[in-house]
Amino acid sequence: MAEIFMEDVTKTFSVNGVLLSVLDGVTVQVEEGEFVSLIGPSGCGKSTLFNIICGLTTPDRGRVLLGGHDNVPAGEVVSYMPQKDLLLPWRTVLDNVILARRAVGRERAAVQSEARELMPLFGLTGFENSYPAELSGGMRQRAALMRTVLARQRVLLLDEPLGALDAITRTRMQQWLLKVWNNFKQAVFFVTHDIDEAIFLSDRVYVLTSRPAKVCLHLSVSLPRPRRAKLVTAPSFLALKKEIMRALQVQ
Amino acid sequence: MSRLNQADRPVNMGDKLWPALFCLLAFFLAWEAGVRLLDIKPYILPALSQVLNTLGDMLPLLARHSQSTLLEAVTGLAAAVGVALVLAALMDLHPWIRQGIYPLLVVSQTVPIISIAPLFIIWFGYGILPKVVVVALVCFFPVVVSLVEGMQSADCDMVNLLRVMGYSRWQVIRLVRFPAALPSFFAGLKIAGTYSVMGAVIGEWLGAVNGLGVFMTRATHAYQLDRVFAAILIIILVSLLIYAVIELLAHLAMPWYYNERRDD
Ligand SMILES: Nc1ncnc2c1ncn2[C@@H]1O[C@H](COP(=O)(O)OP(=O)(O)OP(=O)(O)O)[C@@H](O)[C@H]1O
Ligand SMILES: [Mg+2]
Repeated sequence: MAEIFMEDVTKTFSVNGVLLSVLDGVTVQVEEGEFVSLIGPSGCGKSTLFNIICGLTTPDRGRVLLGGHDNVPAGEVVSYMPQKDLLLPWRTVLDNVILARRAVGRERAAVQSEARELMPLFGLTGFENSYPAELSGGMRQRAALMRTVLARQRVLLLDEPLGALDAITRTRMQQWLLKVWNNFKQAVFFVTHDIDEAIFLSDRVYVLTSRPAKVCLHLSVSLPRPRRAKLVTAPSFLALKKEIMRALQVQ
Repeated sequence: MSRLNQADRPVNMGDKLWPALFCLLAFFLAWEAGVRLLDIKPYILPALSQVLNTLGDMLPLLARHSQSTLLEAVTGLAAAVGVALVLAALMDLHPWIRQGIYPLLVVSQTVPIISIAPLFIIWFGYGILPKVVVVALVCFFPVVVSLVEGMQSADCDMVNLLRVMGYSRWQVIRLVRFPAALPSFFAGLKIAGTYSVMGAVIGEWLGAVNGLGVFMTRATHAYQLDRVFAAILIIILVSLLIYAVIELLAHLAMPWYYNERRDD
């Protein structure tokens, strides 16, 4: 049974009376423990798709099943990391990262000590009591990711979690992200603009067309794990990359 | 781990204070010199030195009067904040409630308090209550408006994220909306705090046994303008005191806000 199953999802926004067709019959699914990427041009509707999964936006047509069920509160299945980090400025890093876990009524002290132990993995040791405004952009993203992971839901929805990083840090963070994923065994649904990133991380990749978005390519990435940085120059990797680039150009 | 330089704040404050102190001093000198040179009668305008003399002489009495004024001001302010918190939370729970209450709040501000205040004497007697009501009415508006606007300014995406996590509406108000409103709330509270003493004095004008308002009314009727000005100086001091306490509370309540601002 799929963790996330979306079938024929269609959404049209009306902005000041002008209709804006964003999603046009999108069908995607994410299986248990899988790493799935969603790639598409900017503004095509990737974040909208995530908002629909979370129930923040209602689709005009189509079905969304979470853990095989209709109408379950999204928070019981998925944990969402929006494009903006959305850390609460008035809470310290430690109190921010436990926010999602506290929502399900866990005891504060227990969650805090759990979070303290994980600080090294997320590179935030020593910043537990800092406020978000005192962190660098990359640290804020790691804190937001930690909050998402710590929710311990079955699926992580990550909307461009590495978007604010420079190329060098980004490659390093991709490997780190795979380490985190390995550690927690949650399924990941991952939005990115970056073709290399999508292939490097994923088991499967969905490619969307520009607005209104449709799935124009669905690709299985059967490259062996664990994946190393030099993989990005391997012929099998480049073949997949070529295929995605072709799909993105035909529009 | 903070990369903030705490030492440079007091220095900054001092630098900012000097121009203000200088202007104040110049104003006092001009006042003193003007009264002496133009030989203005004390029942028209007393010299500053005379006011200060009177202030010194009457300090124990003024202190007693300020006590009741301060009590009324602070109680009224606290009542205003309490009601404002409840109303703001209600208005946030449902847009319908906000649309219903907000216009009424604005209209209520157009009612001249000074003209309805005598009714409070009829309704609430000569005790502390009518003064507290006047103060609360004067302070309520800036507090509730700053609170509501501040809560509106909270990031919707942040609110949505917490809703997805499974927090209830009320928990979101507590975790996001109220904290997001704090900077705006304290800005409004500072305005209200400076109004509060004035509100208490107006309340006392209408009839009271104790308070700076009573003291001033008596002095005015006796043409003892030095006493009036001495009372005004005390009112200024009391207002500044309230302002300083609010500023202190703001620092305690929002360390994150001041950290952020010190950075730039
Ligand atoms: N609530 C909304 N009301 C109206 N229009 C919206 C709304 N949300 C999104 N849109 C529009 O839908 C389109 C897709 O937005 P979306 O944020 O999903 O794009 P995206 O693929 O995530 O882009 P990016 O990669 O740049 O983040 C945009 O044109 C946007 O203006
Ligand atoms: Mg987006």
